[in-house]
Amino acid sequence: MSDPLITLRGVTKRFGDFTALDSVDMDVAEGERVVVCGPSGSGKSTLIRCINRLERHDAGEIVVDGVTLDDRSADTVRGEVGMVFQQFNLFPHLSVLDNLTLGPMRVRKLSRADARARAMRYLEKVRIPEQADKYPGQLSGGQQQRVAIARALCMEPRVMLFDEPTSALDPEMIAEVLDVMIDLARSGMTMICVTHEMGFARKVADRMVFMDGGAIVETAPPADFFSQPKTARCKRFLDQILGH
Amino acid sequence: MRFLGAVALVTLLSGCAGNWGWHVVSPATEKGVSNLQFLIGGLWATVSISLTAIAISVALGLMVALPGLSGNRWLRGFSRTYVEVVRAAPVLVLILWVYYGLPVVGGVAIGVFWAGVLALALSDSAFQAEIFRAGIQSVPRGQIEAARAISLTYADTMRFVILPQAIRRILPALGNQFVYMLKMSSLVSVIGMQELTRRANELVVTEYRPLEIYTVLVLEYLALILLVSQGVRWMERRLGAAER
Repeated sequence: MSDPLITLRGVTKRFGDFTALDSVDMDVAEGERVVVCGPSGSGKSTLIRCINRLERHDAGEIVVDGVTLDDRSADTVRGEVGMVFQQFNLFPHLSVLDNLTLGPMRVRKLSRADARARAMRYLEKVRIPEQADKYPGQLSGGQQQRVAIARALCMEPRVMLFDEPTSALDPEMIAEVLDVMIDLARSGMTMICVTHEMGFARKVADRMVFMDGGAIVETAPPADFFSQPKTARCKRFLDQILGH
Repeated sequence: MRFLGAVALVTLLSGCAGNWGWHVVSPATEKGVSNLQFLIGGLWATVSISLTAIAISVALGLMVALPGLSGNRWLRGFSRTYVEVVRAAPVLVLILWVYYGLPVVGGVAIGVFWAGVLALALSDSAFQAEIFRAGIQSVPRGQIEAARAISLTYADTMRFVILPQAIRRILPALGNQFVYMLKMSSLVSVIGMQELTRRANELVVTEYRPLEIYTVLVLEYLALILLVSQGVRWMERRLGAAER
Protein backbone atom coordinates (compact mmCIF):
# COMPACT_ATOMS: atom_id res chain seq x y z
CA MET A 1 0.00 0.00 0.00
CA SER A 2 1.25 3.49 -0.85
CA ASP A 3 2.03 6.17 1.69
CA PRO A 4 -0.98 7.86 3.27
CA LEU A 5 -1.94 11.23 1.78
CA ILE A 6 -2.15 12.82 5.22
CA THR A 7 -0.20 11.79 8.29
CA LEU A 8 -0.54 13.27 11.77
CA ARG A 9 1.94 12.26 14.47
CA GLY A 10 1.61 13.49 18.03
CA VAL A 11 -0.17 16.67 16.94
CA THR A 12 -0.83 18.93 19.90
CA LYS A 13 -2.53 22.31 19.97
CA ARG A 14 -3.05 24.51 23.00
CA PHE A 15 -5.05 27.70 23.41
CA GLY A 16 -3.53 29.19 26.53
CA ASP A 17 -4.08 26.59 29.27
CA PHE A 18 -6.64 24.68 27.24
CA THR A 19 -5.35 21.70 25.30
CA ALA A 20 -7.48 21.45 22.18
CA LEU A 21 -5.54 18.60 20.63
CA ASP A 22 -3.59 16.17 22.76
CA SER A 23 -1.01 14.23 20.78
CA VAL A 24 -3.24 13.09 17.93
CA ASP A 25 -2.10 10.39 15.49
CA MET A 26 -4.02 9.81 12.29
CA ASP A 27 -3.47 8.57 8.75
CA VAL A 28 -5.72 9.26 5.80
CA ALA A 29 -5.15 7.31 2.60
CA GLU A 30 -5.75 8.68 -0.86
CA GLY A 31 -9.43 8.39 -1.75
CA GLU A 32 -10.44 7.64 1.82
CA ARG A 33 -13.51 9.31 3.34
CA VAL A 34 -13.19 9.98 7.04
CA VAL A 35 -16.01 11.36 9.16
CA VAL A 36 -14.98 12.96 12.44
CA CYS A 37 -17.56 13.38 15.16
CA GLY A 38 -17.61 14.12 18.85
CA PRO A 39 -19.10 16.52 21.39
CA SER A 40 -18.49 20.24 20.99
CA GLY A 41 -15.09 21.28 22.27
CA SER A 42 -13.66 17.84 21.53
CA GLY A 43 -11.09 19.29 19.13
CA LYS A 44 -12.52 18.03 15.86
CA SER A 45 -12.63 21.46 14.21
CA THR A 46 -9.16 22.27 15.49
CA LEU A 47 -7.93 19.01 14.01
CA ILE A 48 -8.92 19.86 10.45
CA ARG A 49 -7.99 23.53 10.87
CA CYS A 50 -4.48 22.38 11.72
CA ILE A 51 -4.31 20.32 8.51
CA ASN A 52 -4.46 23.48 6.38
CA ARG A 53 -2.70 25.57 8.98
CA LEU A 54 -5.52 27.92 9.88
CA GLU A 55 -4.24 26.92 13.30
CA ARG A 56 -0.57 26.39 13.96
CA HIS A 57 0.06 23.18 15.89
CA ASP A 58 2.36 23.44 18.91
CA ALA A 59 3.92 20.00 18.74
CA GLY A 60 3.98 16.94 16.53
CA GLU A 61 4.15 16.61 12.79
CA ILE A 62 1.64 16.96 9.96
CA VAL A 63 2.60 15.67 6.52
CA VAL A 64 0.34 16.33 3.54
CA ASP A 65 1.21 14.63 0.27
CA GLY A 66 4.81 14.25 1.34
CA VAL A 67 5.22 17.86 2.49
CA THR A 68 5.81 18.55 6.18
CA LEU A 69 3.58 21.41 7.28
CA ASP A 70 5.33 24.52 8.62
CA ASP A 71 5.18 28.28 8.04
CA ARG A 72 7.13 28.03 4.81
CA SER A 73 5.21 25.16 3.27
CA ALA A 74 1.79 26.40 4.39
CA ASP A 75 0.90 28.03 1.06
CA THR A 76 1.97 24.94 -0.91
CA VAL A 77 -0.05 22.64 1.32
CA ARG A 78 -3.12 24.88 1.28
CA GLY A 79 -3.12 24.62 -2.49
CA GLU A 80 -3.65 20.87 -2.13
CA VAL A 81 -6.21 21.11 0.65
CA GLY A 82 -9.70 22.49 0.06
CA MET A 83 -11.69 23.78 3.01
CA VAL A 84 -15.40 24.29 3.51
CA PHE A 85 -16.48 26.33 6.51
CA GLN A 86 -19.55 26.18 8.70
CA GLN A 87 -20.31 29.85 7.92
CA PHE A 88 -19.56 29.49 4.16
CA ASN A 89 -17.22 32.53 4.23
CA LEU A 90 -17.95 33.50 0.65
CA PHE A 91 -16.58 36.88 -0.40
CA PRO A 92 -19.71 39.06 -0.25
CA HIS A 93 -18.39 41.81 -2.54
CA LEU A 94 -17.65 39.40 -5.40
CA SER A 95 -20.11 37.64 -7.67
CA VAL A 96 -20.35 33.86 -7.44
CA LEU A 97 -18.19 33.55 -10.55
CA ASP A 98 -15.55 35.92 -9.18
CA ASN A 99 -15.54 34.01 -5.89
CA LEU A 100 -14.67 30.91 -7.87
CA THR A 101 -12.12 32.38 -10.28
CA LEU A 102 -10.10 34.40 -7.73
CA GLY A 103 -7.97 31.50 -6.52
CA PRO A 104 -7.39 29.85 -9.90
CA MET A 105 -6.40 33.19 -11.46
CA ARG A 106 -4.20 34.55 -8.67
CA VAL A 107 -2.70 31.32 -7.34
CA ARG A 108 -2.82 28.89 -10.26
CA LYS A 109 -2.21 31.71 -12.80
CA LEU A 110 -5.01 30.60 -15.08
CA SER A 111 -6.28 33.00 -17.74
CA ARG A 112 -9.67 34.56 -17.09
CA ALA A 113 -11.28 32.42 -19.78
CA ASP A 114 -9.80 29.19 -18.39
CA ALA A 115 -10.72 30.12 -14.84
CA ARG A 116 -14.30 30.88 -15.91
CA ALA A 117 -14.60 27.61 -17.79
CA ARG A 118 -13.34 25.76 -14.73
CA ALA A 119 -15.69 27.69 -12.43
CA MET A 120 -18.68 26.88 -14.60
CA ARG A 121 -17.69 23.21 -14.64
CA TYR A 122 -17.74 23.08 -10.85
CA LEU A 123 -20.91 25.14 -10.59
CA GLU A 124 -22.53 22.46 -12.76
CA LYS A 125 -21.19 19.86 -10.36
CA VAL A 126 -22.82 21.57 -7.38
CA ARG A 127 -25.93 22.09 -9.53
CA ILE A 128 -26.22 25.88 -9.55
CA PRO A 129 -24.66 27.10 -12.82
CA GLU A 130 -27.58 29.54 -13.22
CA GLN A 131 -26.45 31.52 -10.14
CA ALA A 132 -23.02 32.42 -11.55
CA ASP A 133 -23.63 36.14 -11.84
CA LYS A 134 -25.40 36.62 -8.52
CA TYR A 135 -23.84 37.85 -5.31
CA PRO A 136 -23.62 35.57 -2.25
CA GLY A 137 -26.17 37.70 -0.38
CA GLN A 138 -28.77 36.86 -3.02
CA LEU A 139 -28.47 33.11 -2.46
CA SER A 140 -29.99 30.79 0.14
CA GLY A 141 -27.74 29.22 2.75
CA GLY A 142 -27.73 25.89 0.95
CA GLN A 143 -26.79 27.55 -2.33
CA GLN A 144 -24.04 29.57 -0.63
CA GLN A 145 -22.54 26.45 0.87
CA ARG A 146 -22.58 24.73 -2.51
CA VAL A 147 -20.81 27.73 -4.01
CA ALA A 148 -18.26 27.47 -1.21
CA ILE A 149 -17.70 23.79 -2.08
CA ALA A 150 -17.28 24.74 -5.75
CA ARG A 151 -14.82 27.49 -4.76
CA ALA A 152 -12.67 24.95 -2.93
CA LEU A 153 -12.92 22.47 -5.81
CA CYS A 154 -11.80 25.11 -8.31
CA MET A 155 -8.34 24.87 -6.78
CA GLU A 156 -8.43 21.15 -7.72
CA PRO A 157 -7.23 20.02 -4.30
CA ARG A 158 -6.09 16.49 -3.43
CA VAL A 159 -8.17 16.47 -0.28
CA MET A 160 -11.28 18.30 0.94
CA LEU A 161 -11.89 19.30 4.55
CA PHE A 162 -15.41 20.02 5.75
CA ASP A 163 -15.92 21.86 9.04
CA GLU A 164 -19.54 21.21 10.04
CA PRO A 165 -20.76 22.25 6.58
CA THR A 166 -24.46 21.84 7.38
CA SER A 167 -24.59 23.15 10.95
CA ALA A 168 -25.51 26.71 9.96
CA LEU A 169 -28.20 25.62 7.52
CA ASP A 170 -31.96 25.48 7.80
CA PRO A 171 -33.11 21.84 7.87
CA GLU A 172 -34.66 21.92 4.40
CA MET A 173 -31.32 22.97 2.88
CA ILE A 174 -29.15 20.32 4.48
CA ALA A 175 -30.05 17.64 1.93
CA GLU A 176 -28.96 19.67 -1.10
CA VAL A 177 -25.51 20.20 0.43
CA LEU A 178 -25.16 16.58 1.53
CA ASP A 179 -26.13 15.40 -1.96
CA VAL A 180 -23.28 17.40 -3.41
CA MET A 181 -20.91 15.95 -0.82
CA ILE A 182 -22.09 12.42 -1.59
CA ASP A 183 -21.44 13.01 -5.30
CA LEU A 184 -17.99 14.26 -4.42
CA ALA A 185 -17.28 11.21 -2.26
CA ARG A 186 -18.37 8.90 -5.08
CA SER A 187 -16.03 10.68 -7.49
CA GLY A 188 -13.15 9.40 -5.36
CA MET A 189 -12.18 12.63 -3.59
CA THR A 190 -10.26 12.21 -0.35
CA MET A 191 -12.43 13.82 2.34
CA ILE A 192 -12.29 14.58 6.03
CA CYS A 193 -15.68 15.73 7.28
CA VAL A 194 -16.50 17.06 10.68
CA THR A 195 -20.24 16.56 10.86
CA HIS A 196 -23.10 15.31 12.95
CA GLU A 197 -25.00 14.07 9.89
CA MET A 198 -24.86 10.39 10.69
CA GLY A 199 -27.00 9.38 7.72
CA PHE A 200 -24.36 10.91 5.48
CA ALA A 201 -21.63 9.20 7.48
CA ARG A 202 -23.25 5.78 7.07
CA LYS A 203 -23.59 6.35 3.35
CA VAL A 204 -20.09 7.53 2.43
CA ALA A 205 -17.62 7.09 5.28
CA ASP A 206 -14.85 4.51 5.02
CA ARG A 207 -13.97 5.22 8.59
CA MET A 208 -15.52 6.97 11.59
CA VAL A 209 -13.36 8.87 14.05
CA PHE A 210 -14.77 9.77 17.44
CA MET A 211 -12.99 12.52 19.36
CA ASP A 212 -13.36 13.67 22.94
CA GLY A 213 -11.18 15.91 25.07
CA GLY A 214 -8.74 16.64 22.24
CA ALA A 215 -7.94 12.98 21.57
CA ILE A 216 -9.13 10.33 19.14
CA VAL A 217 -11.06 7.96 21.37
CA GLU A 218 -12.33 5.51 18.84
CA THR A 219 -11.98 4.78 15.16
CA ALA A 220 -13.88 2.12 13.22
CA PRO A 221 -15.69 1.42 9.96
CA PRO A 222 -19.22 2.88 10.13
CA ALA A 223 -20.95 -0.51 10.35
CA ASP A 224 -19.07 -1.43 13.54
CA PHE A 225 -18.99 2.12 14.82
CA PHE A 226 -22.75 2.53 14.92
CA SER A 227 -23.68 -1.02 15.94
CA GLN A 228 -21.06 -1.74 18.56
CA PRO A 229 -19.19 1.28 19.87
CA LYS A 230 -16.28 0.12 22.04
CA THR A 231 -16.09 2.93 24.57
CA ALA A 232 -18.73 4.20 26.96
CA ARG A 233 -18.11 7.82 25.91
CA CYS A 234 -18.72 7.04 22.28
CA LYS A 235 -21.83 5.04 23.09
CA ARG A 236 -23.22 7.90 25.15
CA PHE A 237 -22.51 10.38 22.35
CA LEU A 238 -24.22 8.16 19.76
CA ASP A 239 -27.22 7.68 22.02
CA GLN A 240 -27.51 11.44 22.36
CA ILE A 241 -27.40 12.32 18.69
CA LEU A 242 -29.24 9.28 17.35
CA GLY A 243 -31.63 8.96 20.27
CA HIS A 244 -34.46 11.10 19.00
CA MET B 1 -41.14 81.13 12.46
CA ARG B 2 -39.24 80.19 9.35
CA PHE B 3 -40.61 83.26 7.57
CA LEU B 4 -39.51 85.55 10.42
CA GLY B 5 -36.11 83.99 10.35
CA ALA B 6 -35.79 84.58 6.63
CA VAL B 7 -36.83 88.20 7.03
CA ALA B 8 -34.31 88.70 9.81
CA LEU B 9 -31.55 87.16 7.69
CA VAL B 10 -32.38 89.28 4.65
CA THR B 11 -32.55 92.43 6.77
CA LEU B 12 -29.22 91.61 8.36
CA LEU B 13 -27.45 90.80 5.15
CA SER B 14 -29.02 93.52 2.99
CA GLY B 15 -27.22 96.22 4.89
CA CYS B 16 -30.22 97.65 6.73
CA ALA B 17 -28.18 97.28 9.89
CA GLY B 18 -26.22 100.16 8.48
CA ASN B 19 -22.64 99.08 8.43
CA TRP B 20 -22.58 96.37 5.76
CA GLY B 21 -20.84 97.04 2.51
CA TRP B 22 -21.70 94.31 0.09
CA HIS B 23 -20.59 96.48 -2.80
CA VAL B 24 -17.02 95.21 -2.33
CA VAL B 25 -18.14 91.76 -3.49
CA SER B 26 -21.15 92.73 -5.57
CA PRO B 27 -21.26 91.18 -9.04
CA ALA B 28 -23.08 94.35 -10.14
CA THR B 29 -20.09 96.64 -9.83
CA GLU B 30 -16.84 96.48 -11.70
CA LYS B 31 -14.86 96.61 -8.49
CA GLY B 32 -16.97 93.86 -6.96
CA VAL B 33 -16.44 91.61 -9.95
CA SER B 34 -12.68 92.02 -9.89
CA ASN B 35 -12.66 91.38 -6.13
CA LEU B 36 -14.74 88.22 -6.60
CA GLN B 37 -12.43 87.05 -9.34
CA PHE B 38 -9.50 87.61 -7.04
CA LEU B 39 -11.16 85.58 -4.26
CA ILE B 40 -12.20 82.71 -6.53
CA GLY B 41 -8.70 82.73 -8.00
CA GLY B 42 -7.58 80.78 -4.92
CA LEU B 43 -9.92 77.92 -5.70
CA TRP B 44 -7.53 75.88 -7.78
CA ALA B 45 -4.79 76.12 -5.16
CA THR B 46 -7.15 74.95 -2.40
CA VAL B 47 -8.48 72.09 -4.50
CA SER B 48 -5.10 70.92 -5.77
CA ILE B 49 -3.38 71.08 -2.39
CA SER B 50 -6.27 69.21 -0.72
CA LEU B 51 -6.50 66.54 -3.39
CA THR B 52 -2.76 65.92 -3.42
CA ALA B 53 -2.60 65.84 0.36
CA ILE B 54 -5.55 63.47 0.74
CA ALA B 55 -4.15 61.08 -1.87
CA ILE B 56 -0.80 60.92 -0.10
CA SER B 57 -2.43 60.71 3.29
CA VAL B 58 -4.65 57.76 2.34
CA ALA B 59 -1.65 55.87 0.95
CA LEU B 60 0.47 56.74 3.98
CA GLY B 61 -2.36 55.87 6.36
CA LEU B 62 -2.72 52.42 4.81
CA MET B 63 1.01 51.83 5.02
CA VAL B 64 0.93 52.71 8.70
CA ALA B 65 -2.25 50.72 9.43
CA LEU B 66 -1.13 47.41 7.90
CA PRO B 67 1.94 46.84 10.12
CA GLY B 68 -0.30 47.76 13.06
CA LEU B 69 -2.39 44.68 12.34
CA SER B 70 0.49 42.23 11.97
CA GLY B 71 1.53 39.61 14.47
CA ASN B 72 4.93 41.22 14.88
CA ARG B 73 5.33 43.22 18.07
CA TRP B 74 7.85 45.67 16.56
CA LEU B 75 5.70 46.45 13.54
CA ARG B 76 2.73 47.04 15.80
CA GLY B 77 4.87 49.28 17.98
CA PHE B 78 5.97 51.33 14.98
CA SER B 79 2.39 51.83 13.85
CA ARG B 80 1.19 52.77 17.35
CA THR B 81 4.02 55.25 17.88
CA TYR B 82 3.51 56.90 14.50
CA VAL B 83 -0.19 57.40 15.15
CA GLU B 84 0.27 58.75 18.65
CA VAL B 85 3.09 61.16 17.79
CA VAL B 86 1.73 62.51 14.52
CA ARG B 87 -1.79 62.79 15.87
CA ALA B 88 -0.52 64.91 18.76
CA ALA B 89 1.06 67.59 16.55
CA PRO B 90 -1.28 70.53 15.77
CA VAL B 91 -1.70 70.99 12.02
CA LEU B 92 -0.62 74.63 12.12
CA VAL B 93 2.52 73.74 14.02
CA LEU B 94 3.27 70.96 11.56
CA ILE B 95 2.91 73.35 8.61
CA LEU B 96 5.29 75.86 10.20
CA TRP B 97 7.68 73.11 11.22
CA VAL B 98 7.86 71.59 7.75
CA TYR B 99 8.15 74.94 5.98
CA TYR B 100 10.64 76.66 8.27
CA GLY B 101 12.19 73.69 10.02
CA LEU B 102 12.86 71.21 7.22
CA PRO B 103 15.32 73.47 5.35
CA VAL B 104 17.30 73.88 8.56
CA VAL B 105 17.20 70.24 9.69
CA GLY B 106 17.38 68.48 6.34
CA GLY B 107 19.02 71.15 4.25
CA VAL B 108 16.18 70.92 1.74
CA ALA B 109 14.14 73.94 0.82
CA ILE B 110 10.69 73.13 -0.50
CA GLY B 111 8.10 75.43 -1.95
CA VAL B 112 4.93 76.44 -0.15
CA PHE B 113 2.79 74.01 -2.12
CA TRP B 114 4.79 70.90 -1.25
CA ALA B 115 5.44 72.07 2.29
CA GLY B 116 1.69 72.45 2.71
CA VAL B 117 0.94 69.11 1.08
CA LEU B 118 3.53 67.33 3.19
CA ALA B 119 2.33 68.81 6.48
CA LEU B 120 -1.36 68.22 5.74
CA ALA B 121 -0.77 64.68 4.48
CA LEU B 122 1.42 63.80 7.45
CA SER B 123 -1.09 65.11 9.94
CA ASP B 124 -4.05 63.43 8.28
CA SER B 125 -2.27 60.10 7.75
CA ALA B 126 -2.42 59.29 11.46
CA PHE B 127 -6.20 59.60 11.35
CA GLN B 128 -6.40 57.65 8.10
CA ALA B 129 -4.36 54.88 9.70
CA GLU B 130 -6.85 54.57 12.55
CA ILE B 131 -9.77 54.57 10.11
CA PHE B 132 -8.17 51.82 8.03
CA ARG B 133 -7.38 49.80 11.13
CA ALA B 134 -10.98 49.97 12.28
CA GLY B 135 -12.23 49.12 8.78
CA ILE B 136 -9.95 46.15 8.32
CA GLN B 137 -10.72 44.81 11.79
CA SER B 138 -14.44 45.02 11.08
CA VAL B 139 -14.15 42.48 8.24
CA PRO B 140 -15.06 39.07 9.71
CA ARG B 141 -12.15 36.76 10.51
CA GLY B 142 -13.68 34.06 8.29
CA GLN B 143 -12.89 36.16 5.23
CA ILE B 144 -9.14 35.98 5.88
CA GLU B 145 -9.43 32.26 6.60
CA ALA B 146 -11.33 31.65 3.37
CA ALA B 147 -8.71 33.61 1.41
CA ARG B 148 -5.93 31.62 3.05
CA ALA B 149 -7.73 28.37 2.40
CA ILE B 150 -7.59 29.06 -1.34
CA SER B 151 -3.90 29.77 -0.88
CA LEU B 152 -3.98 33.52 -1.64
CA THR B 153 -0.88 35.45 -0.60
CA TYR B 154 -1.10 38.15 2.08
CA ALA B 155 -0.96 40.90 -0.55
CA ASP B 156 -3.69 39.30 -2.67
CA THR B 157 -5.84 38.68 0.41
CA MET B 158 -5.64 42.36 1.29
CA ARG B 159 -6.10 43.58 -2.26
CA PHE B 160 -8.95 41.38 -3.42
CA VAL B 161 -10.73 40.31 -0.25
CA ILE B 162 -10.16 42.50 2.80
CA LEU B 163 -9.61 46.05 1.53
CA PRO B 164 -12.56 46.12 -0.89
CA GLN B 165 -14.83 45.20 2.00
CA ALA B 166 -13.09 47.51 4.48
CA ILE B 167 -13.25 50.52 2.15
CA ARG B 168 -17.01 50.15 1.76
CA ARG B 169 -17.37 50.36 5.50
CA ILE B 170 -15.03 53.31 5.99
CA LEU B 171 -16.21 55.38 3.06
CA PRO B 172 -18.27 57.76 5.24
CA ALA B 173 -15.26 58.26 7.50
CA LEU B 174 -12.98 58.84 4.51
CA GLY B 175 -15.48 61.42 3.23
CA ASN B 176 -15.29 63.13 6.61
CA GLN B 177 -11.52 63.30 6.38
CA PHE B 178 -11.69 64.74 2.88
CA VAL B 179 -14.02 67.50 4.06
CA TYR B 180 -11.72 68.09 6.99
CA MET B 181 -8.73 68.28 4.66
CA LEU B 182 -10.37 70.98 2.53
CA LYS B 183 -10.90 73.05 5.65
CA MET B 184 -7.45 72.38 7.08
CA SER B 185 -5.89 73.55 3.83
CA SER B 186 -6.88 77.09 4.87
CA LEU B 187 -4.04 76.94 7.41
CA VAL B 188 -1.50 76.79 4.60
CA SER B 189 -2.30 80.47 4.09
CA VAL B 190 0.09 81.26 6.92
CA ILE B 191 3.11 80.29 4.82
CA GLY B 192 1.89 82.33 1.88
CA MET B 193 0.10 79.80 -0.26
CA GLN B 194 -2.27 81.74 -2.51
CA GLU B 195 -5.33 79.67 -1.74
CA LEU B 196 -8.85 80.77 -0.83
CA THR B 197 -8.18 81.93 2.71
CA ARG B 198 -4.96 83.75 1.84
CA ARG B 199 -6.74 85.63 -0.93
CA ALA B 200 -9.54 86.60 1.42
CA ASN B 201 -7.04 87.84 3.99
CA GLU B 202 -5.24 89.94 1.40
CA LEU B 203 -8.45 91.46 0.15
CA VAL B 204 -9.53 92.31 3.67
CA VAL B 205 -6.32 94.26 4.15
CA THR B 206 -7.07 96.48 1.17
CA GLU B 207 -10.85 96.72 1.43
CA TYR B 208 -11.41 96.79 5.22
CA ARG B 209 -14.55 94.69 4.78
CA PRO B 210 -13.80 91.48 6.73
CA LEU B 211 -17.39 90.34 7.34
CA GLU B 212 -18.45 90.54 3.73
CA ILE B 213 -15.28 88.99 2.38
CA TYR B 214 -15.13 86.18 4.92
CA THR B 215 -18.79 85.45 4.27
CA VAL B 216 -17.91 84.89 0.62
CA LEU B 217 -15.02 82.70 1.81
CA VAL B 218 -17.38 80.59 3.92
CA LEU B 219 -19.68 80.16 0.94
CA GLU B 220 -16.73 79.09 -1.22
CA TYR B 221 -15.82 76.34 1.25
CA LEU B 222 -19.47 75.36 1.58
CA ALA B 223 -19.80 74.92 -2.19
CA LEU B 224 -16.61 72.84 -2.37
CA ILE B 225 -17.61 70.64 0.51
CA LEU B 226 -21.13 70.03 -0.78
CA LEU B 227 -19.49 68.87 -3.98
CA VAL B 228 -17.29 66.44 -2.06
CA SER B 229 -20.29 65.14 -0.09
CA GLN B 230 -22.12 64.44 -3.33
CA GLY B 231 -19.11 62.59 -4.64
CA VAL B 232 -18.85 60.42 -1.53
CA ARG B 233 -22.59 59.62 -1.60
CA TRP B 234 -22.27 58.63 -5.22
CA MET B 235 -19.39 56.30 -4.44
CA GLU B 236 -21.26 54.79 -1.51
CA ARG B 237 -24.21 54.05 -3.75
CA ARG B 238 -22.02 52.60 -6.47
CA LEU B 239 -20.06 50.31 -4.16
CA GLY B 240 -23.04 49.41 -2.00
CA ALA B 241 -25.17 48.42 -4.95
CA ALA B 242 -22.82 45.64 -5.89
CA GLU B 243 -23.07 43.90 -2.56
CA ARG B 244 -26.73 43.00 -2.57
